[in-house]
Amino acid sequence: MEIASPPMQDAPLPDALQTIPANGAARISVRDLNFYYGATHALKNVSLDIPEHRTTAMIGPSGCGKSTLLRVLNRMYDLYPGQRAEGEVFIGGENIIAPGQDLNRLRRRVGIVFQKPTPFPKSIYENVVFGVRLHEKLSKSELDERVEWSLTRAALWGEVRDRLHASALSLSGGQQQRLCIARSIAVRPEVLLLDEPTSALDPISTLKIEELVDELKREFTIVIVTHNMQQAGRCADQVAFFYLGELVEVGPSAQIFTAPRERRTQEYITGRFG
Amino acid sequence: MADDAKHIVTSFEVDLKKLHDMIAGMGGLVERAVADAARALLERDAQIATRVVENDPKIDAEERAVEQFAVRLLALRQPVADDLRQVVQALKIITDLERIGDYAANIAKRSLVINQVATGFSLSGLGQMAALVQQNLKMSIDAVGEADPQKAVAVWRADQAVDDLYNTIFRELITYMMEDARSIAACTHMLFIAKNLERIGDHTTNIAELTYYAATGQALPDFRPKGDLTSAYTHASNAG
Repeated sequence: MEIASPPMQDAPLPDALQTIPANGAARISVRDLNFYYGATHALKNVSLDIPEHRTTAMIGPSGCGKSTLLRVLNRMYDLYPGQRAEGEVFIGGENIIAPGQDLNRLRRRVGIVFQKPTPFPKSIYENVVFGVRLHEKLSKSELDERVEWSLTRAALWGEVRDRLHASALSLSGGQQQRLCIARSIAVRPEVLLLDEPTSALDPISTLKIEELVDELKREFTIVIVTHNMQQAGRCADQVAFFYLGELVEVGPSAQIFTAPRERRTQEYITGRFG
Repeated sequence: MADDAKHIVTSFEVDLKKLHDMIAGMGGLVERAVADAARALLERDAQIATRVVENDPKIDAEERAVEQFAVRLLALRQPVADDLRQVVQALKIITDLERIGDYAANIAKRSLVINQVATGFSLSGLGQMAALVQQNLKMSIDAVGEADPQKAVAVWRADQAVDDLYNTIFRELITYMMEDARSIAACTHMLFIAKNLERIGDHTTNIAELTYYAATGQALPDFRPKGDLTSAYTHASNAG
């Protein structure tokens, strides 16, 4: 991980903590975002920059708004009536919550992987090419290439190369989750959203996914929601702490986990939350 | 601990408290060792000197006990933020405390020799230095116990006076040695005692710096008011 460029925060940090995750322009810029589930105000004036080719972890207690923000980033909330977002969310310079967005195109640019593996009841091969077929016209050999490319990046190729046409449901939980990651990256998104991707996995599968996240950020911008503090510390370059719909603090992981600026962050990550 | 809020996991809270108490206990032993070493020197009391030397292994044992406990805490609790800083502070402070214990034992040993060879010398300079060092050490250990960054800064600044006294004693002893070569053995022992006290002062300052970091998350600046100039002292440039 190369470390350069000016600090993201205005407040000065002690020298030892001047580790800056960003390598340049923010891929995602959230500006004064407010989100409502009907009358419930779930996100309050959130502004946050998510740097390109870096992993940003969002942490906070249940109901703090972190998953809501994740669902705004690919406009999944559009699937539900009565939910609305106000403010601006720029992805690659484009305000994705403005009206008139092509949601299919947006969801190709911003992939998501959920807490529980959600393979389709189809073959491994068909799972990976499912999204690709929707967005691109590729020949059989191009599709084959894409499948190998995606499964290799998802660190699953070696384990399934000989049984690509077996049912995805025959895979273990950890393998299924890596298949879901392969399916998400097969359409070559810019951003990969991971919503507690390891909470249903055993420790070894969890570490494999974490290792994968580290690899994937070379090509994608990653946003991960996790309840596992250590995981946020291990995986993320930048950590954002949310509480009651507000972004309390954002900073380099090393700073958040050694010397958080906000008392509420400190209480949460040390397990002193009332 | 600076926080009022308690850990959700009570046993973690208990562990941190225990670590805190162990450090306080070791600090107490070390304070006692320095005080006794000073007394042994100034009152020319061989019995107390022997006690300091005999008690040093207890300090070493305490260091190992704290170290084991802190490592266990890191492995099992994976502390972060202020909890992590406290554990790291503990691991580093015990090294400083252990060194201070060694210096105290060394002073005590030399005090026995001084009784033999330096009966004619005034020890008031060393006495003054010892008093100041003890005062700072006590304040430093209090700062650890109270997690008080202000007190830590006060200690950090106060070391300058110790260094000034050391410089004075250094020059004085050099002068004695130049005047009368027969005083060299005694003066060298006194010089080592002064140096030991000066080093105790430096370790005391380290403890203050660690305490400041643990309490605030910020490091004190690298430069500290430094007064020990004797490393640049040469016979030619200063004695002429």
